[in-house]
Amino acid sequence: MPQRVTTARHALDRLGDAAASAGRPMTFMEVCGTHTMSAARCGLHSVMPATVTLLSGPGCPVCVTAQGDIDLIIEAAFVPGVTLCTYGDMLRVPGRRGSLERARSRGADVRIVYSAMDAVKMAQQLPGRQIVFAAVGFETTAPASAVSVTHARELGLTNFAALVSHKRVIPAMTGLLESGSVHVDGFLCPGHVSVIIGSEPYRPIVDMYGIPCVITGFEESHMALGLACLAEQVRDGAAELVNLYPEAVSSGGNQVAQQLMHQVFEPADMRWRGLGVIPRSGLALNQEHREFDAQLRLGLSAPEDREPRGCRCGDVITGGCVPPDCELFESVCTPILPIGPCMVSSEGSCQAWFKYKRLHVAPIAQMTPTEVTS
Amino acid sequence: MNPVAPGHDLAVDWALDESRDRSKQVLLAHGGGGQLTDELLNDVVLPRLANPILNAMFDSAVLPCQPQGRLAFTIDSYVVQPWRFPGADVGRLAVSGTVNDLAVCGAQPIGLALSLILAEGFAKSHLEFVLDSIHATAAEAGVHVVTGDTKVVGRDHADSIYITTAGLGVVPTDRCLTPDRVRPGDAIIVNGPIGEHGLAVMLEREMPEVQSVLRSDAAPLNGVIESLLKELGEHVVFMRDPTRAGLAGVLTDLARQSGWRVGLNEQDIPVRAEARHAADMLGLDLMEVANEGKVVVVVRPEVAGRAMEIFRGHPLGKDCAVIGHVEDRDDGLCVLNTAIGGHRIVQKPYGEQLPRIC
Repeated sequence: MPQRVTTARHALDRLGDAAASAGRPMTFMEVCGTHTMSAARCGLHSVMPATVTLLSGPGCPVCVTAQGDIDLIIEAAFVPGVTLCTYGDMLRVPGRRGSLERARSRGADVRIVYSAMDAVKMAQQLPGRQIVFAAVGFETTAPASAVSVTHARELGLTNFAALVSHKRVIPAMTGLLESGSVHVDGFLCPGHVSVIIGSEPYRPIVDMYGIPCVITGFEESHMALGLACLAEQVRDGAAELVNLYPEAVSSGGNQVAQQLMHQVFEPADMRWRGLGVIPRSGLALNQEHREFDAQLRLGLSAPEDREPRGCRCGDVITGGCVPPDCELFESVCTPILPIGPCMVSSEGSCQAWFKYKRLHVAPIAQMTPTEVTS
Repeated sequence: MNPVAPGHDLAVDWALDESRDRSKQVLLAHGGGGQLTDELLNDVVLPRLANPILNAMFDSAVLPCQPQGRLAFTIDSYVVQPWRFPGADVGRLAVSGTVNDLAVCGAQPIGLALSLILAEGFAKSHLEFVLDSIHATAAEAGVHVVTGDTKVVGRDHADSIYITTAGLGVVPTDRCLTPDRVRPGDAIIVNGPIGEHGLAVMLEREMPEVQSVLRSDAAPLNGVIESLLKELGEHVVFMRDPTRAGLAGVLTDLARQSGWRVGLNEQDIPVRAEARHAADMLGLDLMEVANEGKVVVVVRPEVAGRAMEIFRGHPLGKDCAVIGHVEDRDDGLCVLNTAIGGHRIVQKPYGEQLPRIC
C-alpha cells in the first residue's frame, strides 16, 4: 500500500479518536477549490466520523466571482476586435447573455489559456486584435497576472488588457466570520495560496477569533492529517496555527511573488458571490498600471450584480447550505447545463457533490447499513 | 535539369520558388483530381501504402467475400492537434483507433478505407511522415489500407491534416460481446496504465516547454484481443476501448447499459506516477483522460486469472490488472472504492476537458 494511503488511514483513526472523545459535533471548513475536489475524489466525506462535517468555503475562484464580474467578462468577449483569453473553468459559467462557451459558438473569439503569459504572447502574435485576459483567482494566480501586465508594458503592447477580479483569501475568511452566517470550529487552510502569502497572515484568525487554522497540502493523507489536527485542537480546547505543509509553505511566503503583486495591484473593495462587498478583499490595477484595465479601455459599464433566480451558490460557498439543499441542484442545474458557477468548475462544491458524492448523500434511507458506516 | 539559373531575374526566381514550394507543400490543386493529384498519389501515397487491392486504383476496393461470420463496419475521424506528439501521431492514431473499434467487437479487420483532408500548405515531408506511420501501424495490425481519398482545403478551413478511417472486419459466428451478457461476479480487466495518450497530447499542445516522459499509448490491439478471444471464447463477455471519455466513460456506460453496479478499486487501477502528477498539474481526473491503446475486458470470474496471463504474455498487456467487478446490485451505478477506504460515484465526463485555475 502506498505511504500516502497508510498515512491517510492512520490520520483518519486519529480523527475518529479525537471526534469520539470531544463529545460534541464539529464543523470545519476548507477554503480551497483543490481541497474540495481532492476530498470528493478520494471519498473523504464517506470515511469521516459522523460527528465531523467538512464544509467547502469561498475557495473556488470561479464560484466566488460575482455574477456582475462574470457578465463583464462575457460582455467583453462580444466587443468586435476582442480576443478574450480565459482559464478553462470560466468557459461554461453562465452569464446574462449565456456563457463564454456559447459566445464562442456564436463567433466570439474566446481562447483558453493555461497562464497569463499565454495571453501576452497572443497579443504579440495578433497585433490587430485587442487581447483581453480575464484575471480571476486568488493569490495563486494574481502573481502571474502581475507578471503579464509588467511584461506587456515592457514590450510596449497597446493591445493587451486585463479584466481584474483577483481576490484575497484572508479577508474572505474574516468576512465570513464577521457575517456570523456559519459556525466554524476550524479552518483547513489552502496549500497553494499559502505558498504565496505564507502562514503568518492566518494568525489574526487564530488570535482574534479563537479558531484553529491548519495549513495542508492536497493529497488525501495531507487533508486527513489536517482534519485530525483540527479535531484534536477542538477536543483540547486549543486554537493554534499549524503548518502541516512546511515543505512548500514558509511563514513569510513567496516574497518575490508578493513584490510582483504589490508593483501592479493595490487592495480594493471587492464584491464576492454570497458575501457581498468586502473591504480591501480584492486586488485592482494600481494607478501606474490602470492603462491595462480592459473595462476602461473598452468603455464597458459595470453590469448589475444579479444572481440567477433560485441559485444558492452564494449560500453554498459560505457554508449556509450544502448543494442538495438548493432547489435547482440536480433538478435543473447539472454539470451539463449549469445554472450557478459552483456546478461549472471542477472545483465547485456543487459539481464535486454531483460527480462524486451522490451515492453517499441522496437516499440515505435506502442505503444498506454497510454503506452508511463504511 | 532546370533550364534557368537562379538570380537571372525576379520572375525566374519567383518561378523557382514556386516550384520549390510545390515540391515541399500541399497545394489546393493536389486535391483537385487532376495531374497534381496523380502526382501526389503516385509519388507520396501509393509507394507507402501499396498492396494489390489499393494498387488497382478502382473507385471501390473489391474484397473477397468471407465464407462465414458477420461483418463489422466502423468509421472514425481523427482531428488531433498537434498532429504529431510524443509516442504517436495522427496516422498511428487513425489506424489504431479504427482497428481497435473492430477488435473490441470481436472482429478481425479485413481492410481500411482512408480519407485524408489536408490543409493547403501542409508540408509534404509531414504528409510522408504520417503515411509512413499509417503503413507501419497497419502492418502491425496485419491489415491493408484498401481504398482512400485525398482532398485539400484552404488554410482558413483547416490547419494541418484530418484523417477519417473506416474499417471492415469479420466477426466469427460464435462471438457475442454485448453489455447484456454481463452479470454479477464478472471481473473487469484493463491491459495497462491509463490516461497516457490524452496527457501526452495535452502536454504537447498546451505546455510544450514541459519535459515529460509520458507518451501516447496508441497501438492496434487486435493481436492481443484475438489471443484472448481464441482461448477464452464465450467466457469473454464484453469489451470496449476507453478512448475519449476514458475509463469513466466506458465503465459508466457499462453500468448503465447492463443495469448492474460496476465496482472499481482505486488502488488496483494501473497508473504511472508521472501520469498522476501531470493530471494533478492540469487539474484532470485520470479516469476521464483518453487512451488509444487500452481495452477494458469483462470476463467470467473463473477465467480472470488466465485472461491476466494471456495479457501478460503480450507486450501491450504486460501491466494489466483486474480493476473491479460487476456487483449484485441493479442500480446501474459505477462506484469507485477509494484507496483510503471511502467510496464515490464515477460519472460520465462532460465532453471538453477544462483545465482548472488554482
